[in-house]
Amino acid sequence: MTDTLADHADKGLHKGEPLVEMEGVGKSYGAIRALRGINLRVNAGEVTCVLGDNGAGKSTLIKIISGLHPHNEGSLRVDGKEVNFASPREALSHGIATVYQDLAVVGLMEVWRNFFLGSELTAGRYPLAGLKVKQMREIADTELRKMGIVVKDINQPIGTLSGGQRQCVAIARAVYFGARVLILDEPTAALGVKQSGVVLKYVAAARDAGLGVVFITHNPHHAYMVGDHFVILKLGATALDKTRKEVGLDELTQQMAGGDELAELSHELKR
Amino acid sequence: MTQTVAPAPSSHSADRVRPALASRLMARPEIGALVAAIIIFIFFLVLAPSFRSAESFFTVLYQSSVIGIVAVGVGLLMIGGEFDLSSGVIVYTAGLFTSMFCWYYGVNLWIGAILSLAFCLLLGFINGYLVMKTGIPSFLITLGTFFVLQGANLGVTKLVTGTVSTPDISNIDGFDSLGKIFASSFKIGSVTIWTSVLWWILFVALAAWTLQRTRVGNWIFAVGGNPDSARAVGVPVVRTKIGLFMVVSFLGWFVGMHQLFRFNTLQAGGGVGNEFLYIIAAVVGGTLLTGGFGNAIGVAIGAFIFGMTSLGIIYAGWDPNWFKAFLGVMLLLAVLVNLYVKRMSTRRKVG
Repeated sequence: MTDTLADHADKGLHKGEPLVEMEGVGKSYGAIRALRGINLRVNAGEVTCVLGDNGAGKSTLIKIISGLHPHNEGSLRVDGKEVNFASPREALSHGIATVYQDLAVVGLMEVWRNFFLGSELTAGRYPLAGLKVKQMREIADTELRKMGIVVKDINQPIGTLSGGQRQCVAIARAVYFGARVLILDEPTAALGVKQSGVVLKYVAAARDAGLGVVFITHNPHHAYMVGDHFVILKLGATALDKTRKEVGLDELTQQMAGGDELAELSHELKR
Repeated sequence: MTQTVAPAPSSHSADRVRPALASRLMARPEIGALVAAIIIFIFFLVLAPSFRSAESFFTVLYQSSVIGIVAVGVGLLMIGGEFDLSSGVIVYTAGLFTSMFCWYYGVNLWIGAILSLAFCLLLGFINGYLVMKTGIPSFLITLGTFFVLQGANLGVTKLVTGTVSTPDISNIDGFDSLGKIFASSFKIGSVTIWTSVLWWILFVALAAWTLQRTRVGNWIFAVGGNPDSARAVGVPVVRTKIGLFMVVSFLGWFVGMHQLFRFNTLQAGGGVGNEFLYIIAAVVGGTLLTGGFGNAIGVAIGAFIFGMTSLGIIYAGWDPNWFKAFLGVMLLLAVLVNLYVKRMSTRRKVG
């Protein structure tokens, strides 16, 4: 199941070396400051979990790494070099692939076209070079089967799949094309228990293949199963930044749920 | 992107379901237009005796090609999710530019044609650039350029020639060679075939190949279907859309050259209203108004329906004023069919 990751992972990755480093990164949308003073390291062969409530800045954080929005404070280094991505295409060319929570697929296009969108296989480099349609269909079908998704017809518009299946296509695509860093924005939010398990296995497999993984989630249980390093965001700033050794699941859950606020709430609601 | 492609395994294609032929046909964008074209064709065959000859068939093809060439570009642009209302007048802008530039400065028509091409590509670029940079809908931006060009066509022509038509250019150098390319015809038996028909077929074939079988085609569908998702997976949305606007203006230039070298002289007020014919051809051909769905063959069939009806009404001896009414009915029917097809092809199949 996980051979795709081992096959496609960049062979030059060494466990523990920093792939993405953020230093004092901040982002404002006009007058609204969505993120400030973020320090984050994504190392090869490790899973960095980013947790936080709605509006904590998780999505903004990954949109900076994946090139969707440029940051306007601090520095972002990829492989030790300072970068400021102008588009997701640039991030992809650094081997950074992302599964977005809200920007997954183009509904009217076929499943296999969606799978290869932006990274199509062509017969040559000239502008009107033909697509390798047959090969792309086979690969898309195979990769989806590895995730336990069997689509009736790989040529059907992706809009005819269920939300969870669409999410799985997006994950399979990122796994296939992400050679160095894999970013997952709440990948398990739309999934059932079984599919969530498959996704967590993928996260672990990506880590074992030497990729750096950024795993964003609401669910501290999911995070603790695979994470090496935990960051909790609150109102756009870091509220907790600890390695697996330094933090237990209980503390993580409590911090995630609001810590003292939760104790207060349970006191108020006491029956 | 450093991944290597593993050889594709082909073991489990056995349990992959291939939908029935009927439902696969139904999902094709051009099917509605094809059925309509056949019905209209039979309709005129029955009602208009002079429609039944090979000569009139090729006249219909010629009529279709003049609309069809630009309609292909407009169709691609609409699949890419944008409109171009300036596509009708740019045809005349291209022709007027070439004609008056060469007449005024006394230079070879080739120079005028090439400068005019550069000018039209620039106009297409400006349309695309403004749409992408401002985020204002292309409907408004190109409505603006439409009026600018319409006014400038008349204004500049009046300034240069003193009238609203251009001088005859058939004595200027380069007329014969350019005429051969853009506006010549040859006879096979009793039928006259205009080169514009061959060009039309070539452009349709190129567009069909590009859409279905190339990377750029994939991008065109994606930027029309969901530009934000397309950008997120690395599709260069801005470049793709600006490129599409430039394709439209290139094809507009091409037809402009045809008009100029066919008639030697142009009316400065021409082309107004044709932008809607292009859009109708594209929509009748199954292009979704909101983008992301359609194909080039469908647009060609749409243009063919236009050619058939505009001439068929004359062949049948009816009042040609009815043509527009007929076109409107076609458009409404096409929109309904498209809506139905889109619902069918995106509805989740149970089981």
